[in-house]
Amino acid sequence: MSDVVEKTLTALPGLFESQTGAAKITNRLRQLIKSITELTSKHEEENLIKRELSAIKEQVSSPNTTMKQMREIMVRAMYCEMLGYDASFTYIHAIKLAQQGGVLEKRVGYLAVSLFLNEGHELLLLLVNTVLKDLQSTNLIEVCMALTVVAQVFPKDMIPAVLPLVEDKLSHPKEIIRRKAVLALYKFYLIAPNQVQHIHAKFCKALSDKDPGVMASSLHIYLQLIRESPDSYKDLTGSFVTILKQVLGGKLPVDFNYHSVPAPWLQIQLLRILSLLGKEDQSTSELMYEVLDESLRRAEMNHNITYAILYECVKAVYTIHPKAELLEKAARCIGNFVLSPKINLKYLGLKALTYVVQHDAKLALQHQMTIIECLDHSDFTIKRETLELLFRITNAQNVTVIVEKMLDFLCYVPIKTLTFAPDNSWFIQTMNDVFSIGGDLLQQDDPNNFLRLLAEGKPEEDDQLRLYAVESYLTVLKGHTSHLPQCFLQVMSWVLGEYAHLQESVDRREVIRLLTQLLDQRSVSSETRVWILSALTKIPEGQTDLILDLAESLSSSQDTVLRQQAQELRHLSQDSQLREWVLVENSCAVDSSLSFLDGFVSEALAAGAAPYKPPHQRQEELSLNLEPYSFSLPVSLSSCSITDRQSPTLLSVSSGLSGNSAELSTLILEGVKRVWGKDGYLPQKEATAPPVDEPSAAVQPASQQEAAERIEPRPEPSTQNQDKQQLASSLFVGLGVGSSVSLVRKLFYDGFTASLRGNVMDCLEARSTSVCHYALLMDDPHTNVSLTGTVSYQTQPGHTNTLPFSGTLSTADFIRPLVVTTEEYGKLWLSLSHDVKQNLKLLTDAGDPLRTTLNALKDALQLHVVDIIGSEGIVACRLLSGAPCLLHCRVNGAALAMWLRSPHPALPDFILYHCQRALAHH
Amino acid sequence: MQFMLLFSRQGKLRLQKWYVPLSDKEKKKITRELVQTVLARKPKMCSFLEWRDLKIVYKRYASLYFCCAIEDQDNELITLEIIHRYVELLDKYFGSVCELDIIFNFEKAYFILDEFLLGGEAQETSKKNVLKAIEQADLLQEVSTQSVTSEHLCKCIATPQ
Repeated sequence: MSDVVEKTLTALPGLFESQTGAAKITNRLRQLIKSITELTSKHEEENLIKRELSAIKEQVSSPNTTMKQMREIMVRAMYCEMLGYDASFTYIHAIKLAQQGGVLEKRVGYLAVSLFLNEGHELLLLLVNTVLKDLQSTNLIEVCMALTVVAQVFPKDMIPAVLPLVEDKLSHPKEIIRRKAVLALYKFYLIAPNQVQHIHAKFCKALSDKDPGVMASSLHIYLQLIRESPDSYKDLTGSFVTILKQVLGGKLPVDFNYHSVPAPWLQIQLLRILSLLGKEDQSTSELMYEVLDESLRRAEMNHNITYAILYECVKAVYTIHPKAELLEKAARCIGNFVLSPKINLKYLGLKALTYVVQHDAKLALQHQMTIIECLDHSDFTIKRETLELLFRITNAQNVTVIVEKMLDFLCYVPIKTLTFAPDNSWFIQTMNDVFSIGGDLLQQDDPNNFLRLLAEGKPEEDDQLRLYAVESYLTVLKGHTSHLPQCFLQVMSWVLGEYAHLQESVDRREVIRLLTQLLDQRSVSSETRVWILSALTKIPEGQTDLILDLAESLSSSQDTVLRQQAQELRHLSQDSQLREWVLVENSCAVDSSLSFLDGFVSEALAAGAAPYKPPHQRQEELSLNLEPYSFSLPVSLSSCSITDRQSPTLLSVSSGLSGNSAELSTLILEGVKRVWGKDGYLPQKEATAPPVDEPSAAVQPASQQEAAERIEPRPEPSTQNQDKQQLASSLFVGLGVGSSVSLVRKLFYDGFTASLRGNVMDCLEARSTSVCHYALLMDDPHTNVSLTGTVSYQTQPGHTNTLPFSGTLSTADFIRPLVVTTEEYGKLWLSLSHDVKQNLKLLTDAGDPLRTTLNALKDALQLHVVDIIGSEGIVACRLLSGAPCLLHCRVNGAALAMWLRSPHPALPDFILYHCQRALAHH
Repeated sequence: MQFMLLFSRQGKLRLQKWYVPLSDKEKKKITRELVQTVLARKPKMCSFLEWRDLKIVYKRYASLYFCCAIEDQDNELITLEIIHRYVELLDKYFGSVCELDIIFNFEKAYFILDEFLLGGEAQETSKKNVLKAIEQADLLQEVSTQSVTSEHLCKCIATPQ
């Protein structure tokens, strides 16, 4: 057994010895807990608890048991329930204890009630009188207990009975009572909103309560109210803003501080309320800009709680009417989250990004490398959130890559994503993957949506898609089919039944044969068989012999539904007139508004019937529990025997069509080829011949050894990095326009434009070795360049040996410090044109964060720190015999605002990239 | 918040508080699944996980796991701090709380939780006020003296992630 239990056991004797007489009453619980820890098997535990429960049963029914003993029994019963054993016979005694016991017993009784009973439990009705009595008690503790239990479990129907008493408590002199009353009313509002409508004015009083605890509790109600109808509470915006300002200004008692942050829970609640109020409302939003700005600024401390507030603040900024300055600050905050090495913050950063990219997709661009890294993260939670983010930035250009990534992890491909499908074959192929991998894990909606996409297209335009589907499915069915999930088989049989006739070249007999083959497989479920038979019903014309054989063999099936279908199949195939009448092409027009019932309905209304209300409305209006009678309309496929041209499931789906069908059916198919257009990755070889000086001329063979060296920068950057960058450029393509995308391209083209230049510097000779120095220059910056080459040498005349070599170089290898004075720096700064700004992580673990950070950068990247003045620092470097790059760094809150300038358009990006990496790895 | 569970490294449930009505069968199923999932996670992983349509926020203090279920739009970080504050409250009340305190006085742990969270929402975030309320109700309760030396939860309060 593990060390904890051992510790438990060693600590036990001490525990028991220390028991004084007064505490002896709980000895039985201790005894029980002790015995349980000594057990070794689940079976022994069961026996022990069984014995314990029967002892409890005996005690509770004995008339001699005192309330004090009852309290102890109840604690034991709670313990047994926690271990997962049923002690329901004690429930009634818990209520009795709350009713009849003194304060101490009552407390345990109420606790047991709140743990044992659910909102809907019938025994709760017995509690109502006790609660009423205690609410009127003069003992504050009893009132508190009653309010606590009311706020946790209370029967909905009995709310009117206690409501006036709870309402009265809103003006109780004790703040703890007021606070609990507010929360009890909040609970009432959640379970029965209509019942508390008349006391909204009192909520307002609670909001202006002098006790911050009561005020904070009232915000729960307001958040809920405002979520439901923001327009009714716009006039309160000013009050919420004032409260938040006071909180930020430290006006609350210091008790409410949490790790020296003033009332964080209150702040978050207020930020949520403000974002709801300011949503799509410019004038209201303007009222809160200032306080949001202050909130962003105040959250400086590097603690979870400030990040929690920041996160809420960023969300608020992006929810309300936008203000450029705030958006910029919020975007910077997200950077702090995403680049954080702490995994919880990274997760929240991704979540925030997911939220904000819906407003501004370009924000994802700044963090693309982080996103790529997160995609391969070992923690599934992080991966999942990254996928969610990718889903939000899906567009016509990056869809193939994103979907591929999603398929890798799990079959989590919302069909909606696929409306961006670039071409037919890709779409069908992907759906095949989705169905065969995800299979029966998919939601029922997915196959249905897919079929609807196929069915709703216009005959001419989408016939190609359908044709492709038919061909692809025939190929699939000719292969091994026993492993295919049922839903895929259903989809295939429906499509074949519906569209096989479009394909002239397809032999109908072949289709029938393939489908019949499926029927013979044991793994095929009876639901799928129904689908297959429906498909077969639609196909045959003139293939009567095959069909009759099939019908014959099925007529002895044990499944009645199949037998019936087989029977229908036989009749239809023999009677062509009937067949034509039943299977008229496209005859299926579903009247989803059920207008054919209008006459019936108006008649019934005239006769005094109640108008129809959707079930959810009915539930809300009646306080009685309707659950046993609530109805649902399950679509039972196995009992359907529709011999229509549409399949049963599709029928039910199309009649249930709602507004969202429009967006689902807009599959963009035409004209979209592989658009890896100008914004993204195109493996076009724009590489010009590398300007490599011919080295052989410079090397003079002095001895017998003759060395010739050829260095050839080859378009092969380190593969892993290349993969990531390739992925980045394909994922983030199409998100931005113009310069914002350029980073992607520059990073990515790396491997394809080679631009190293080199020359042999000198040759050191020795007896048997020759050392050649070769200088390489980087003309155009790249994050990484790999270098391959060969050395050929002769040990004997006429025998040439060749040695290949390779290596990887990064921009960092080509950076050298640029030594300038502050004045020179200033002049140079003004003359440079290409600049990039970005916030970087500030290393805060030492006394002077700026100096520490700059030194770390200097060590990692060979930069020259020109000067540090106050919170600003200037740094310079240059590309080896090439362009300079000036860095201007300023401490900005918890971040380092870096501004880079260089005559070379791409250089700042790469230096920035290396700086980020250097700081992240620090 | 939908519910809060406390369980040990061995997967033994130490405390459960449900703020949404569920049947006993469902509660047991959820508890079993969650305990397994959380115990299987490695220490360096993030404290959040998506589970069904809920977000699970958990944190380990010494031998005890504290685990909360929240909705997707809720703030994970503040939930982590709710857990932390609860541990602080327990620590202050029991004086260097350890798992044994919670096992043997689980009803007290419930009382403290009920003063801190009510109906799934933060009721009182001031540490002083919560403890004041508990002490007042405790006044009539007999004083139980015990000194348990074992792994203290707060000793292992990790630096906030």
